[in-house]
Amino acid sequence: MPADGALPPGETGGGLGVGAPLRRKEDARFLRGRGRYVGDIARPGMLEVAFLRSPVAHARLRGLEKPAGAEDSVFTLDDLGALGAIRAVSALPGFRVSEQPVLASGKLRHVGEAIAACVAESRAAAEDLAAACALDYEALPAVVDMLAARRPDAPLLHEHWPDNAFLETRRDEDLADLDAIAAAKVTRRLRTARQSMAPMEGRGVLAEWDPRLEQLVVTTSAQMPHVTKSGLAECLGLDEGQIRVIAPDVGGGFGYKGILLPEEVVCARLAMLLDRPVRWLEDRLEQLTANANCREHHYVVTAWADREGRLLGAEVDATVDAGAYSSYPFSACLEAAQIGSIFPGPYTLPRFRFRTVSACTNKPPILPFRGVARTGVCFALETTLDALARRLGLDGAAIRQANLVPPEAMPYRNLVGKVFDSGDYPEALRRAVAHFDLGAIRARQAAGEPVGFGLAVFCEQGAHGTSVYHGWGIPFVPGYEQALARLSPDGVLELRVGVHSHGQGLETTLSQVAYEVLGVNPARVRVVHGDTALTPYSTGTWGSRAMVMAGGAVAEACRQLGERVRAIGAALLQAPGESVTLSGGAVRHGEAAVTIDEVARTWYRRPQNLPRDVNTGGLEVTAGYRPDPDTGTHSYAAHACVVRVDTETGATGIEDYVIVEDGGKLVNPMIVDGQVIGGLAQGIGTALYEEMPYDAEGQPLAGTLADYLLPGAPEVPDVRLDHMETLSPWTTFGQKGIGESGAIGPPAAIVNAINDALAPLGAEVLDLPASPRRVLAAIAAARRSERAPPGEAR
Amino acid sequence: MKPAAFGYDRPADWPAALALLAAGARPAAGGQSLGPMLNLRLAQPESLADLRHLPGYAGVAVADGIVRIGAGTTHATIEDGAVPGRLGAILAGVARRIAYRPVRNRGTMGGSLAHADPAADWVSVLPAFAGPLGGHAVALGPAGERRIPLDGFMLGLFETALAPGELLRAVELPVLPEATRWGHWKFCRKTGEFSKATACLLAVPGAAPRAVLAALDAPPLVLPDATALLADPEGESERLVAGLDLADPWRAAIARTALRRAAAGAAA
Repeated sequence: MPADGALPPGETGGGLGVGAPLRRKEDARFLRGRGRYVGDIARPGMLEVAFLRSPVAHARLRGLEKPAGAEDSVFTLDDLGALGAIRAVSALPGFRVSEQPVLASGKLRHVGEAIAACVAESRAAAEDLAAACALDYEALPAVVDMLAARRPDAPLLHEHWPDNAFLETRRDEDLADLDAIAAAKVTRRLRTARQSMAPMEGRGVLAEWDPRLEQLVVTTSAQMPHVTKSGLAECLGLDEGQIRVIAPDVGGGFGYKGILLPEEVVCARLAMLLDRPVRWLEDRLEQLTANANCREHHYVVTAWADREGRLLGAEVDATVDAGAYSSYPFSACLEAAQIGSIFPGPYTLPRFRFRTVSACTNKPPILPFRGVARTGVCFALETTLDALARRLGLDGAAIRQANLVPPEAMPYRNLVGKVFDSGDYPEALRRAVAHFDLGAIRARQAAGEPVGFGLAVFCEQGAHGTSVYHGWGIPFVPGYEQALARLSPDGVLELRVGVHSHGQGLETTLSQVAYEVLGVNPARVRVVHGDTALTPYSTGTWGSRAMVMAGGAVAEACRQLGERVRAIGAALLQAPGESVTLSGGAVRHGEAAVTIDEVARTWYRRPQNLPRDVNTGGLEVTAGYRPDPDTGTHSYAAHACVVRVDTETGATGIEDYVIVEDGGKLVNPMIVDGQVIGGLAQGIGTALYEEMPYDAEGQPLAGTLADYLLPGAPEVPDVRLDHMETLSPWTTFGQKGIGESGAIGPPAAIVNAINDALAPLGAEVLDLPASPRRVLAAIAAARRSERAPPGEAR
Repeated sequence: MKPAAFGYDRPADWPAALALLAAGARPAAGGQSLGPMLNLRLAQPESLADLRHLPGYAGVAVADGIVRIGAGTTHATIEDGAVPGRLGAILAGVARRIAYRPVRNRGTMGGSLAHADPAADWVSVLPAFAGPLGGHAVALGPAGERRIPLDGFMLGLFETALAPGELLRAVELPVLPEATRWGHWKFCRKTGEFSKATACLLAVPGAAPRAVLAALDAPPLVLPDATALLADPEGESERLVAGLDLADPWRAAIARTALRRAAAGAAA
């Protein structure tokens, strides 16, 4: 299928604008292997960097002996001049500040922490240098388990802190009376694994100093290039104007590429010190074990319900293993501090009490991964709901229908102040269940077959802005999103945006938005992104925000540009300005029309044909956009699946998977399908495969993709997708953020299905991933408790 | 993850290859294990002798009831049917489930055997073809060829019966009657993953059935007479795995399952 920004064969309705399933323009280069990533870019005289990294989780660093004769090629923090540590401070009360030195000095706080940069003509030679360095350190006991981190005898990572926690948050509400009035109460202790995000392309940075512009040019694999620029300026002590960040093609972001890495700061300073281009390309070992950590949660959840399954209240005690440092810009509490506010899920929870802890341990800092906190919360809440349902003798759909926010309550503000904009949550669940023949599944179960049916319902806040983030007080708060729209002399429309596209298809969808407003064919729209010198400042692509925020900004810029086009067109048509219209790519007055191309040509090249006062602003507009209110859109979904468990090996196979999804107005439904399917694959990874185990000394045990299992094509079923389209009342076209959704539901839905299959055995899986080992252990534990005398049941 | 510097030679004939080995070179075949080990610097050889261009290193020949498979024959070649008859069908079924096709396109039977990773596939199934069936490895050393029974080829983890200075040249297996029964099962959490337990059972008419249990972080356990396993898979798998004294109950469970399912496959 050609990648040309055109409609697929057979698609006719809807034109080329918002709602059309255009083939992605960017695929012309991606499908031909012609994308251009940091690793494809080299400069004459370029040096390669390998980092000497900590071999231990916790130690006092006494010294480093550089290889004889190569002292000038190995750089420690002391060799780099004045460099600020990375500081990502949250304004939340009680937040403790960690300073992440760009190279470790004094203390080593996790395996893989960079200690020295080794510079050579090739990466292999740089690795030779790293191997020849001798480290002198005094090993300290490591804090490996987040629950043990706050014990009084735990060694301190940051020695001026009273204990190993970045932050604790709580909401107090007395729930003591619920035991007496509830028909059922369940408590579950649940864990999710530490994962490492695994984009196909790891991180990479190429830094060079441009003496003419007195500017540092940093080409880096980043999804938030402007934020990277601000962070670099803070650490390097440069004006922001002295830094240009270029994010070329990026092979998967997922949150990992939003982080300012110490390696970027070090390479930038090295390029200035050495006056040579300097490049570092992260390898898979570094990505897995030193950098891309995410997701590790522990929950104790208690929920009370009445006989019909209506929730009476819930209590959650959550701990997140935030690792050793607060990473820039999202901070160490990005997961834990959100758990309280998102735990009520899509339900009308009446009473709620929580405590969350961001624990500090000797592991790499926790980073945001697609779904940020929601994946773990959805797993904890939805598995607990199923446990309640089993206790009450209800099925999974019934207990959810008893609690979902009804459509007539929209917009709905829940008890922690989250505002859901629109949607019909119960209908999504009803449709998901209706895709299955439940009777047939129950008949197979009755015949002894270990199959199970599982559900998960959730909503996903996206594109939330100033009003949400200002209270969090992290290094950036999103405000108005800006876009620039300009017509070239030949009538080609150029859009410049500060968000970055790395799989989202924004080069296509933003063109569709422009077509919707101006009528310029998407094939004649160029989207410029990924260069801070060329685009308006933006916090970038994260939090499922680009289509709402940049889409809104492009629409507004195009609308204002259209006003100017209309004015020039009116002059050319010699018609009063208010009497002309802009449609189909032309300014029209009655039967007469002048095309946008002609307007552009006249403005730039034949100004003598225009009256002096026609328009002084020209055909270039920068406009800002922010939804009102900016509390975010809430897309939502119901996931449902059937699994078969091999009770001899513990292996789980997914037989069928259905997602009913509502992302509001889908700007390009084909791209949304791709986003949901890609998210599902990652969700299956979280559910069944991905796990970075640590030993008791804090050593990561999965250093290759043979040990760190990712689902491949055979492990991802042919999902059945079903879309609803409830517009958001607050966004330009009614669109909602939907980029993370697919990754949120699968662990909950799959584990619920596994537990449904295991229910006849009395077994229940509580920890992610639901590996064969864990499933078999759950079955064995159920058998043991069956044999145990009364009173000793688990 | 870039290798330390190493020398590279591509011997044109077998004596040249043996001379390079004598000088300390490490032999390289398809590179599917050695490549990552070099990149991770787990292997840092002075130099490599790339065997892939030796005459007769790859290819299959049948003569006098013996199938001779050149050590450099790729898994993909076997998957695609280079070995004829019943034996070929059995081997193709094993080859098809080795890692991924790109690995099979380069990885070789001999390279995998000589590497002796306990989870690897040929290591796990070829001992079934030894004993009275006669399957053996053909080693070439300075003194000429010698034959090593396939059930004695792997001695320990990453350790084989090849002497220093010897190369694995070929594997010789018996032509099998069409009525041969075969069961093979291995446990991988995902397609392409290394096996966590592999078992196979080979029943050639007129001979005692043979079975192998492998991929348990140890050399394969060979059962020269698996009659009892065929007759009572449940009890025998319990007994055999209990005898291994595995510390990990999950590995023990899938090992029992592997034996039962391999036996069931051969019984079907």
